[in-house]
Amino acid sequence: MELLVNSSTSNTPCSRWLLVHALAVFSFLYLPIAVLILYSFNGQGVGGFPPHHLTFDWYRILFADGPIWDSVLNSVQVAFAAMAISLMLGIPAALALDRAQFPGKALFRRLVLLPLILPGIITGLSLLMLFNVMGTKLSLMTIMLGHGTALISVATTEVFAGLQKLDRAQEEASLDLGANYWQTFWRITVPNLKLPIIGAALLIFTLSMDEIAVSFFLIGRDNTLPLEIWGRLRRGITPEINAVSTIIFVFSLVTIVIWYRLRVRAEGGVDIGGELVEDSSTSTLSS
Amino acid sequence: MFSRAYKTVVTVPPLLWVTVFLLVPYLLMFCYSFWSVSPAQAIVHSWNLENYKELLQKTVYWQTLLRSMWIAARVMVFSLLLGYPLAYFLSFYAGRRKDLLYQMVIIPLWVSYLVRAYAWKTILGSDGVLNTLLQYVHLTRHPLDFLLYSPFAVVLTLTHIYTPFTFLPIYAALEHIPRNLVEASHDLGANPVQTFWKVIFPLSIPGVVAGATFAFVLSLGDFLAPLLLGGPSGIMISNIVVSLFGAAYNWPLGAAISLGMLVIVVSLLFLSERLEKKWSFS
Repeated sequence: MELLVNSSTSNTPCSRWLLVHALAVFSFLYLPIAVLILYSFNGQGVGGFPPHHLTFDWYRILFADGPIWDSVLNSVQVAFAAMAISLMLGIPAALALDRAQFPGKALFRRLVLLPLILPGIITGLSLLMLFNVMGTKLSLMTIMLGHGTALISVATTEVFAGLQKLDRAQEEASLDLGANYWQTFWRITVPNLKLPIIGAALLIFTLSMDEIAVSFFLIGRDNTLPLEIWGRLRRGITPEINAVSTIIFVFSLVTIVIWYRLRVRAEGGVDIGGELVEDSSTSTLSS
Repeated sequence: MFSRAYKTVVTVPPLLWVTVFLLVPYLLMFCYSFWSVSPAQAIVHSWNLENYKELLQKTVYWQTLLRSMWIAARVMVFSLLLGYPLAYFLSFYAGRRKDLLYQMVIIPLWVSYLVRAYAWKTILGSDGVLNTLLQYVHLTRHPLDFLLYSPFAVVLTLTHIYTPFTFLPIYAALEHIPRNLVEASHDLGANPVQTFWKVIFPLSIPGVVAGATFAFVLSLGDFLAPLLLGGPSGIMISNIVVSLFGAAYNWPLGAAISLGMLVIVVSLLFLSERLEKKWSFS
């Protein structure tokens, strides 16, 4: 059928225009990334066409730059903590939405998913007020709590989508055969949800590593990487920032490719966070 | 099948957490918006409507809000114009390369938001890549200075950031269209253009609404792109909030504006949900 549509329409002027448009959009999407990477090797600094003196100097400077690596370390800590918090709460939240009935369930669902679509400034500021009222000093800990809370939405959507495809008979059999709920959870439910959980974990990790709007308001003395970059941008731009961004980009790309392979091997499906966007857009507010 | 205890154990911890870290903070934002700041810069916990009066009276807030909505609306339109045909192309014409191309739309999302905004800054600046390129090929003699520090730069950057977000739900909607409907339309003698407008487009409206909402809502609340690329004429409403929570030190007024934003955003989400339901065919 798809073949039919393709063959009957693939040479119309319409489809040629679509192809040109697609190429233009891809160029638009990749132009800044290409510029970013290219100028990380530019001896003359950022900007200036054509690029001169290709060099690895900026990478050399970057590797000797203490504060940047401190902030990377902070970000990694925050990302792991956020991952732990959001998985520990997001998995039960998905189970609750799938299996329990309780008053306020609709509101609960909406609240959990809200940070996904809400501008970060609102999540950040409301938490800032909370910590202020509680007298909590701002630190990496407050950022971990902020990211963890905001990203429960990611864990919940991914795991909830997985639960919809889960065959409940296995759990039923396990319970019938005398396993308790705890054993059933660890031996049946979690192994069956392995892919959504790993997917959610990877997404949470990368989203937390990149997050800036919430961190912006909850920052204490120690910077996360995006805030360190932000601080430097305000003082002026150097290709060192291009260099660190390039490294992170390559790192994320490798992560995606690994995840993609994992998922294709496991179920032949291909979707990275697609469920997230699809689900959050069509059901953020539906109960 | 699941006991009461099981349901309690999976429900209570997330419920408590969400109450403490999401619901209470929103309520606090509501409370703060009725408080005020004393001359000694302490928060006065007495309830009054002064902040809201000030918001209604001073035109600068309204102007900035309108400008932010105008910027967000432009970002929304451009993201749709870029995202929709791309999604349509991928869904109907890309054939075997579909999955690869789909991943290629997603990949830019993995480059940090901040880094992409920064990349545009290095492209648009007066000695940036674009201006030096134009001079190098002798198209211009002097740097074009409207490129950076203008609403144009903000709209361009936000469009770049939110096009993939707009693309995704549209693509999902197009992928869910049963192909036999398209086939039927062809068989009954409709040409591709008629098939598109009479069959495909109406069925993709929920995706369009979702994508448009993403682009509008997320750019409406943005404050980093305007700070980095907007200049004085590109200030958005969130920038005012940031300064009220920072140097200007008036949290209650800032809270009132944030609450206003929250109300606008949540109403838009409700509206888009209604629209999506109305147009969904399943």
